[in-house]
Amino acid sequence: MKRESKSGAWMVLLGAAALLVLVTALENTLNPTSNIMLFMALQKGAVYALVAVSMNLLNGFTGLFSLGQAGFMLLGAYTYAILTMPVENREAVYYIYNGCAVNFSLPELLGGGPVGLVLGVVIALILGGCAAAAVAWLIGLPVLRLKSDYLAIATLGFGEIIRAIFQWDKLGPVTNGANALKSFPTFSSFNIPGGLRLSTFMAFLLAGICIAVIVLLINSTYGRAFKAIRDDEVAAEAMGIHLAKHKRLAFCISSFFAGVGGGMFVMFANQAQAKTFTTAMTYEILLIVVIGGIGSVSGSCIAAFLYVAASEWWLRFLDTEIILSNGFKVPFLRTGFRMVVFSIIIMIVVLFFRRGIMGDKELPDLLRPRRKEGAGK
Amino acid sequence: MSENLLKIENITMQFGGVVAVDNLNLEVNKGEIVALIGPNGAGKTTAFNVVTGVYQPTNGAVWFQGEKIIENHPQGKMKAMYKGQHAGEYSQILAPTPDKVTRLGMARTFQNIRLWKSQTVFDNVLIAKHCRVNSNVFSAAFRLNRKEEAEQRANVEALLETVGLADVKDELATSLPYGKQRRLEIARALAAEPQLLLLDEPAAGMNPQETDELTAFIGEIRERFQLTIFLIEHHMNLVMDISERIYVLDFGELIAQGTPAEIQNNKRVIDAYLGVSEDA
Repeated sequence: MKRESKSGAWMVLLGAAALLVLVTALENTLNPTSNIMLFMALQKGAVYALVAVSMNLLNGFTGLFSLGQAGFMLLGAYTYAILTMPVENREAVYYIYNGCAVNFSLPELLGGGPVGLVLGVVIALILGGCAAAAVAWLIGLPVLRLKSDYLAIATLGFGEIIRAIFQWDKLGPVTNGANALKSFPTFSSFNIPGGLRLSTFMAFLLAGICIAVIVLLINSTYGRAFKAIRDDEVAAEAMGIHLAKHKRLAFCISSFFAGVGGGMFVMFANQAQAKTFTTAMTYEILLIVVIGGIGSVSGSCIAAFLYVAASEWWLRFLDTEIILSNGFKVPFLRTGFRMVVFSIIIMIVVLFFRRGIMGDKELPDLLRPRRKEGAGK
Repeated sequence: MSENLLKIENITMQFGGVVAVDNLNLEVNKGEIVALIGPNGAGKTTAFNVVTGVYQPTNGAVWFQGEKIIENHPQGKMKAMYKGQHAGEYSQILAPTPDKVTRLGMARTFQNIRLWKSQTVFDNVLIAKHCRVNSNVFSAAFRLNRKEEAEQRANVEALLETVGLADVKDELATSLPYGKQRRLEIARALAAEPQLLLLDEPAAGMNPQETDELTAFIGEIRERFQLTIFLIEHHMNLVMDISERIYVLDFGELIAQGTPAEIQNNKRVIDAYLGVSEDA
């Protein structure tokens, strides 16, 4: 059993490495302008995969139904943007508030250049995660006493409140009010001018590392305790698992990675604005988790890419009117029709894969010769 | 008598106006098997829940290994409503959560099996080891606790071997037949390394053969793990076979205590319980 799990780990590691190589190869062979949709989908998919996995850690593995993901992403996003924006750009971005209250930038503090950029970005992302985790710890004190739907509503409310706070005028010198934060390092900052293009590679690498850490956690003794809480809270407590402590732990860790994911989201989107982190975004992520399979990390990853590709890329043609050569105008095709088709596809997927694409299985489980299964559900 | 392991002292548990357990006093000595019996609704499980920290008693104290672990007295509205005895004797509030009680060395099973359904037999037992883990979340996630983890796995492997579940360790817990699920629940409790094992109706829903097997099994694990066992049970064969002492509860009150022979001949017990519901 142990040897088996070890070979599985190697398989996953190899697969991840192959994926990174493939992405880098794609990025450097395909024309970036004509394939812009592909790279957009890949980058956004990587970000959403990370956020979905972080949500799955909470909803799927610990059984805490939380809808605060967008709020925590927002915290990470702003922390990242504020800490990495070059000082010289601050005047222009914060023009309404006569400059920014925070006047340093991590990549510059760390010496600038490529090394400063990479270190600064990574540290800012981690700090963004820490900000989200710290806030999660605070709101977790009262909120984690609630169960299921009540917890969902409380965290949903938290997300809305955070968004309102960040748009507040009085905080303008720090958050730039309702205006966007811009011109901080993004994924495309990692393209070496005249050399390798590494923007999508960077998105995959960062998301991959974070997801790997989450997987390691899930397979550790703490992850097993989380699953016990999900399966039967009373039994978990009776077997010596401190419920409050473990729930808070799961909540903070999930929020940490949501914060990192938020930072990566603004790296993808090139600007940070509080109004993008709406409840609708949380629902998108929840949808990915459900479609991928509640309790499956690989399911969340696969669903994230499928979801992003389908909603942003593959169905785009439905939004433009098409007139065939014989003058026949294809019916229905107009702006907004994409979302109708997309919703129908999602309904079909949910109908046919009731437990998500992967159920609670992982990718290596499917490749391995099937274990003798019991008669249980 | 040998050393006192568990002592329940003047415990009263009152829900609103209903007194579920009334001034219960009992002792479990090291190495003993003690049974708590009584008709349905007598307050046996409530007493268990008080001992394990699920309920906070209204009044009274619980001692474990010579230390007071639980104590409470009526407060607030309960002060005026309190119908029990010994009011005013207790002034401290000690209310550990069930997980803390378990870590002190007391593990329990449930009346209606509560296994972790999506986990395998092996994982069910392994998770129970979590309360004895020393590593923090970072060392666990980054596999710095490899030695501890390997040790745990070996322990669980050995434990499953002892309880006879090694051949089904990779099956889902819920796919086991009922009797084995009961056995697994006991194994899981043993994994928490308790001194005192609390069994809440371990033979509920079992046929006579399974009950006999269970009786033998309880005796075995007591020898092997040097356990003290405190159980609630309705199967009189099992109770009379293995317990050294028996306490009888009726309507929350202790009506008798003694050896199986004494209990069987106790007039009050026969009236309240044995005589009317032998096969219930």
